[in-house]
Amino acid sequence: MRASASDLPLTFDDVSLTTGAATLVDRLSLTIGPGAPTLILGPNGSGKTSLLRLCMGLISPSKGTVRWGARADSGPGRRAILFQKPVMLRRSAAANVAYGLAQADCPRGQRARRTEELLDRVGLLALASRPARRLSGGEQQRLALARALARQPEILLLDEPTASLDPAATRFVEEIILAAAHSGTKIIMASHDLGQVRRLAGDVVFLVRGRLCEHAASDDFLDRPATPQAAAFVRGDLVL
Amino acid sequence: MLTRRIFSSLVMLLALAGFTPAMAQEKSIVVASTTSTQDSGLFDLILPLFQAKTGISVKVVAQGTGQALDTGRRGDADVLFVHAKAQEEKFVEEGFGVKRFDVMYNDFVLIGPKSDPAGISGTNDITAALVAIKAKEAPFVSRGDKSGTHSAELKLWKEAGVDIETAKGAWYKEIGQGMGAALNTASAMNGYVLSDRATWLSFKNRGDLDIAVEGDKRLFNQYGVMLVNPQKHPSVKVQEGQAFIDWLISPEGQQAISDYKIDGKQLFFPNAVQ
Amino acid sequence: MSETVSAWQLIATGDATLFAIVELSLAISLAAVAIAMVVGLPLGAVLALTRFPGRTAIIVVLNGFMGLPPVVVGLTVYLLLSRSGPLGELGLLFTPTAMIIAQALLVVPIIAALTRQTVEDLWLEYREELTAMGVGQGGRIATLLWDSRFSLVTALLAGFGRAAAEVGTVMIVGGNIDGFTRTMTTAIALETSKGNLPLAMGLGVVLIFLILLINAAAWGVRMWSEQRAG
Repeated sequence: MRASASDLPLTFDDVSLTTGAATLVDRLSLTIGPGAPTLILGPNGSGKTSLLRLCMGLISPSKGTVRWGARADSGPGRRAILFQKPVMLRRSAAANVAYGLAQADCPRGQRARRTEELLDRVGLLALASRPARRLSGGEQQRLALARALARQPEILLLDEPTASLDPAATRFVEEIILAAAHSGTKIIMASHDLGQVRRLAGDVVFLVRGRLCEHAASDDFLDRPATPQAAAFVRGDLVL
Repeated sequence: MLTRRIFSSLVMLLALAGFTPAMAQEKSIVVASTTSTQDSGLFDLILPLFQAKTGISVKVVAQGTGQALDTGRRGDADVLFVHAKAQEEKFVEEGFGVKRFDVMYNDFVLIGPKSDPAGISGTNDITAALVAIKAKEAPFVSRGDKSGTHSAELKLWKEAGVDIETAKGAWYKEIGQGMGAALNTASAMNGYVLSDRATWLSFKNRGDLDIAVEGDKRLFNQYGVMLVNPQKHPSVKVQEGQAFIDWLISPEGQQAISDYKIDGKQLFFPNAVQ
Repeated sequence: MSETVSAWQLIATGDATLFAIVELSLAISLAAVAIAMVVGLPLGAVLALTRFPGRTAIIVVLNGFMGLPPVVVGLTVYLLLSRSGPLGELGLLFTPTAMIIAQALLVVPIIAALTRQTVEDLWLEYREELTAMGVGQGGRIATLLWDSRFSLVTALLAGFGRAAAEVGTVMIVGGNIDGFTRTMTTAIALETSKGNLPLAMGLGVVLIFLILLINAAAWGVRMWSEQRAG
């Protein structure tokens, strides 16, 4: 059931998302291509999470279309998403990763070996048999990352994965993300952290109140922001 | 894996529960009888004797006479052993039973509180006693369940000239349950109740109750046995059922019945006609 | 069982009749719960995860059936299994099998209704993850049932409690036949009607003790399991 065609470029064509009276995403047009990580920035409530869920295909736009490569379908294909608060299955860490592998159609005989590889990649090999729900916040993020990477995704979407982590854990997670990016996975990551932009990003998508405010290469965004809101954001002001 | 072990034990348990009756399917018959007969304990004595002799195990389902007859009509029992002669004869007439045999008799007794609110102690005239109970509106417990005892009770009210349907008030409690339950209720509310002697003798929870009226000829209680008609219900076990009936009315069975005693007192008096 | 002997003496001397009755009671109720589990768990899970017209009505009815009067279920099964009834050919009336069937009917709504609630609550939490991983309907049912297994144990215990405690169903379809279909509850009813109240009460205490024992065992299994899997 793996799509053989590529999911990239990821195109948003005048996409709006409304629930009831609230507009979460407002006439957004955007193209995300392969290559270095794309970071989604913006103040709280700017629609970062909604954008990620649209990218994943978990929800459909109220107006406009989202296209993966040339296709408009939304089968999970070779995409994976890491939620801000990932759900741990009520079993061991290793079993969680094995579950992810099983859902990605990994042949039974290879699962044990690949589970080990993935746990090692995220530095959780020593905790393989610990119940997943008893891991710390950072460990759970890394486990969810391993589970997502089990799908060998072409696109890896992450929703502020280091928001509640201490600096050491943050560095660890960023290293794993960079390694994945270098081995060809397209990273699309929502973030709050301007430092993260410098450390990870190829380009930046800046949202304000559901609208695309600016889309630029990361250096351009940080050093020469084109819009007043972007400038305010980079300065550290509140963007209303 | 643990779950697999639990699962297989459950399957085994299921199989066990399902197979136990199959294993116990040596020859057996179902006899529908009355709660008063069961509560008296008679079956505990005589059934093992029958099984030792014939190898047939007797499964007694104790219901009220009304329900027992219904069970027979549905073909869910092979033999009926109840004590309501008129209803039994009707059962045979309607073609549900093959033939009715007398087996044994005992008598009914009117049980009441020692405090005797109806003032009837000393009399052995049952109809006079009932009239007094109604007059004083003393608490009276009725089986109310179409059983042999209930039928006898209704017959006695009629003979006493009381139309109980219209005369009954708050003092007359119809509980719709078996003899033991009726005695329990009478004991709890210090009331009168008509009981067969056998159940009374083996009843433990007497409270303040004792025999108030006995010895009246109209308190005679006859037990009968019938084979359910195989023409109506081919599933009836004719051979084994008839063997049971034959044994009950044989000298051996009759002797076993008269051997049943509680505190040295005989409960049932065999009167089968050979 | 002799009337003059108390329940404790029967236990102490290992009275064969008493132990046969206990064994039968447990076998019937556990078998009924096992059947109800096989039917009720998937039923509850499917109800939780699917949407179709009339779903709300079914859920309301299912919840209501948790309180099905045992004596009504007993009577219904009796009429079905009677020789004069539609399933009379099977000859199941007045056998332990009939009692298992009847009790299973009592317990299925309990397990199904509680499973539905539990799985629906967990689905709220798991929905996005499982959808993102592309888990199909069958996989969702299996995953949610397994992950809510500790709450489901409570549902199973509720079902077992109901089965072990009721007398109306087993009395009617079993007939309380000595040595064959007599369970703890029907024995207690019988001894009560014979006026042997102390013996009846003693048996009652034994029954409660057994139910508590099973609950304690289930708790122990859960504790041990939680250790291993969180």
